[in-house]
Amino acid sequence: VLHGGETGNCAGLARSFAAAALAQGLTAQVVEMALYKPRRLKEEQDLLVIVSTHGEGDPPQPALDFFEYVEGPKAPKLPELRYSILALGDSSYEHYCEAGKRLDRRFETLGASRLAPRVDCDVDYDETAAQWSAEALALLAAQAGAGCEVPAPADPAFPAATAHDKRNPFTARIIENIPIVGRDSTKETRHIELDIADSGLVYEPGDALGVAARNDPALVAALIDAAGLAGRRAAGGEGRRHDPGGGAGKSFRDRADAAALPRPLGGPDRRRSAPAPGRRGRAERAPGLASRPPHHRHRPPLPAQGPRCRDVRGRPEAAPAAPLFDLLQPSAMPDEAHITLAPVRYSLHGEARHGVASAHLADRGAVGGTLPVYIQTNEQFRLPEDDRAMIMIGAGTGIAPYRAFLQEREARGASGRSWLFFGERNFRSDFLYQTEWQAWLRDGVLGRMDVAFSRDAGGRTYVQHRMLERAPEIFAWLEEGAHLYLCGDAARMAPDVHETLIAIVSEEGGLGRERAEDYVRDLQRGRRYQKDVY
Amino acid sequence: MCAISSAAAATRRTSTDGGRRDPIDRSKDLSQPLDRLGPDETLKRDSDYLRGTIATGLLDRITGAVAADDTRLMKIHGMYQQDDRDLRDERRRQKLEPGLSLHDPSEAARRSVHCRAMAEARCPGAGPWRRDPSPHHPPDLPVPLGPERGCPGDHPGPSRGLAGYDRRLRRRLAQRHVRGRPRKLGASRRGGRRRPRGQRPFPAEDPRLSRNLVRRGKGRRLRGEEQEPFYGATYLPRKFKIGFVVPPSNDIDVYTQDLGFIAIGGPDGLEGYNVAIGGGMGRTENEPTTYPRLADVIGYIGKDRLVATTGAAMSVQRDYGNRLQRNRARFKYTIDDKGLDWIKAQIESRLGAPLAPARPFHFDSNGDVFGWRETEGGRLNCTLYVESGRLANRPGRAWLDGMRALAAIHRGSIRVTPNQNLILAGIAPEDRPAIEALLAVHGLAGGSESAIRRNSIACVALPTCGLAMAEAERYLPDLLTRIEALLSLNGLLGEPITFRISGCPNGCSRPYVAEIALTGRAPGKYNLYLGGGFHGERLNRMVRENVGEAEILEVLEDLLGRYAAERLAQERLGDFVERVSYLASETQIPGRISPVI
Repeated sequence: VLHGGETGNCAGLARSFAAAALAQGLTAQVVEMALYKPRRLKEEQDLLVIVSTHGEGDPPQPALDFFEYVEGPKAPKLPELRYSILALGDSSYEHYCEAGKRLDRRFETLGASRLAPRVDCDVDYDETAAQWSAEALALLAAQAGAGCEVPAPADPAFPAATAHDKRNPFTARIIENIPIVGRDSTKETRHIELDIADSGLVYEPGDALGVAARNDPALVAALIDAAGLAGRRAAGGEGRRHDPGGGAGKSFRDRADAAALPRPLGGPDRRRSAPAPGRRGRAERAPGLASRPPHHRHRPPLPAQGPRCRDVRGRPEAAPAAPLFDLLQPSAMPDEAHITLAPVRYSLHGEARHGVASAHLADRGAVGGTLPVYIQTNEQFRLPEDDRAMIMIGAGTGIAPYRAFLQEREARGASGRSWLFFGERNFRSDFLYQTEWQAWLRDGVLGRMDVAFSRDAGGRTYVQHRMLERAPEIFAWLEEGAHLYLCGDAARMAPDVHETLIAIVSEEGGLGRERAEDYVRDLQRGRRYQKDVY
Repeated sequence: MCAISSAAAATRRTSTDGGRRDPIDRSKDLSQPLDRLGPDETLKRDSDYLRGTIATGLLDRITGAVAADDTRLMKIHGMYQQDDRDLRDERRRQKLEPGLSLHDPSEAARRSVHCRAMAEARCPGAGPWRRDPSPHHPPDLPVPLGPERGCPGDHPGPSRGLAGYDRRLRRRLAQRHVRGRPRKLGASRRGGRRRPRGQRPFPAEDPRLSRNLVRRGKGRRLRGEEQEPFYGATYLPRKFKIGFVVPPSNDIDVYTQDLGFIAIGGPDGLEGYNVAIGGGMGRTENEPTTYPRLADVIGYIGKDRLVATTGAAMSVQRDYGNRLQRNRARFKYTIDDKGLDWIKAQIESRLGAPLAPARPFHFDSNGDVFGWRETEGGRLNCTLYVESGRLANRPGRAWLDGMRALAAIHRGSIRVTPNQNLILAGIAPEDRPAIEALLAVHGLAGGSESAIRRNSIACVALPTCGLAMAEAERYLPDLLTRIEALLSLNGLLGEPITFRISGCPNGCSRPYVAEIALTGRAPGKYNLYLGGGFHGERLNRMVRENVGEAEILEVLEDLLGRYAAERLAQERLGDFVERVSYLASETQIPGRISPVI
């Protein structure tokens, strides 16, 4: 019995229904919509919904997520579902019981069948509700008596693993692409969801998603013009056999690391400014984003730095140790891959430059569009055994893989303790996935969480400062065998955290600097300290 | 016009004609065990004198919100959290919790409005700020975040306050709660809603009263154990508002207070007060047992008996107030349930002497008087009209910028009136030209608004009030423009008419005493009320329920036409509505009309 309301009337009705069901020997589970995971809908058999209507035919506030899921494109087909709806409303309003009607229509569209017709109740709902309740119970009892078989959960044959890889990426549909930071944020972080249903992609938490990004068409056009290749662009279609990229235009678009231009287009040294396609062509590395420039630890705007997909966002990347976009836990959302991305934008020689993959996704990744993706496994970033404790440290988009970790642990009912450190700029706008962590903290899937916001009042606080505050506990966790994960910015955050870790071990363990370094090195060797930095 | 009080009482006093109800029903008051009373009572008792876990909640780094139980306790302190509802959906999709702001009146009071304005003047970029007229909300005086850290504008938004998540402020608040310094009690420490000294013949309120009530609420250590000598661990059943007014202005709407004191002066200044009890605006839709009620004037006290009288009245409410049903817990219902005479007798017996008969007094308006006035000492006050109570920059009216500029040169104080306007107080005569010049430049000087606009109040409503069902503050300017067109047609533009709009039935803008009032039911839908008294002496009545703008304007068009044609000399709109039984003629539309009370 699923109930959604703002005043508690629905909850009361749901409880009394459950009591009545029990009296007839039926068991009913009562769940509030706000706490219900709507993905479970397809597993339900008999669903009774009690929902009230607010505002202009709107669902109750706590049920908005439920409605959004059910009425949205992600809703599954529900052929197995039998349902009945009790709608509460006030007939003096124009949209009387509209929320209930909406669900009724939607369930029907999704292929569910009605156990009993919907009943709409006015302000005096007691009697009507009682009738509905009695009728639904009678039908349920009759079915139970008839030995209604439990339909075996459909077990669709696992789609044959069509081997999608770097060379043969799967074309995923983009189903969500929104900024995930609040207004007034100084960041541009986005959340992108991809539909990878039936892709046959197989992955584990910690794996990365490779994206075959394309260069900005405007930049490609400018490049071709600058290189005097316009004529060949026209001829490109013919030459496909010999030129796998399919002409200069396509080469530039799909393969060249155009963002790595060392000089501005139209700058004084025009000729040298246009690299040949092969010069930084990605074909030599991973297709898509795998350009792997020399690792610059400093910030001067060297040409190679921007296009580096790794320092791009969050996590597009195909370097062996760097997951690209984090992938979601199969049992939670088998059909979706999520990306957390902060576009790289910088100015070089007075020209605006963008990271290839991040800008591709942020600026040209409209919902409904497609994106070629593949799985990049990452054995260096793996969950520990279920009963092991783990400490996860992430800054900015480096928090992304931990969503996958916790989704997996939640699905497996893993018993190990978990502790998350997260750092960003502002609490109000940049607390990435805030409500998800809150829910996991509430459910106990996540045991502890410490956050540091560097641009809020009260001084610049980073994750390593929070770690220092918790030094004794961190050391105790490590001593008890906890695994430690670090994900995020490679240039500053990772070295700082690493240093802090050594300091904590040294201080708390009463070890000298050298022995503390050994301790940490042993953690790494034992794969209890894993990094994914970019 | 001392007759008004009895007239007001007659309109909606529930029957006391049965005389004393003996025995008095004590099934819902403090005499009962707490488990037979409402959940708030247990909450209060277990809260360690209203501390709860507010202090730790304020410092939670994972959420800006405090625990649900603590929000109830915070209300008692006058603190509350709210968020911009316009952004709620967007933030939900972004997997961010609502962008909560925290408001704390004691923090606001600690730094005066003037201080805020000064801080803002130094920190351009801060957003608009406003004051609620609200009986429902504590005063929404904006809080400066302090120039040391820069601007309050770090979190621009319509609702200011302890914006966002400033941990330093939160820590300070939390420390105060740990130390046990709840600032607001069941009783409002706002005690006196003040008018600037000098605009009245004598100060109305007695500072001893606030001191007395506030100190009582803090919980004292007596013989090693913390106690709350007056309120007890469960405090009062609900909020208890005390207001002072100096006739002939009724700008604080004294009849809407739980306990009102009407200052009575003589040749030597303040002599005493007429005492009014049992006012309150709030009602709940579809709950006929809830209703707005005007205070009854029950007698007169000398000024030396002010504190004793307040204590007596509050103790009656403490002992007999309804603690079972929250929406029946205000003093007004205690009075109607027990009978006015009985309550009065209780107060008198606790005072040890009967109240003297009320002295004559006279109100002429519940609005503000705008413009320049001289005060004693030769200083000047200037009252500015602030539409909807919101200082913001709009095309042609850079009010917020103007206030910043004024704050930079103004050497007196800045005060907020109960009608959402501002007073620049204590201006030296030689500063007047400079201030006038700034007012003119920023369009703050006013004077061109219609009389109805100057007598209008809106509650905040959307987007920040969690209870609002319809727009109020943001809607008032446009709606008034349309009503002004009707007034203009009938030559009534110069006629002062009180107009008030609230986003929900709680009545924060004190709508139930306005001549024309709207209370929100749903987006774009309002209940329309007509016929309140011009100086707050009579409740209005609902003439349309749950209707949109077109229907509202239709009713007003008809009403204003008849008013212009049939009114008596000097007759106010509200009085006209009552006299011609305008309401009765409306009852022909079945189902749409219900007399309010």
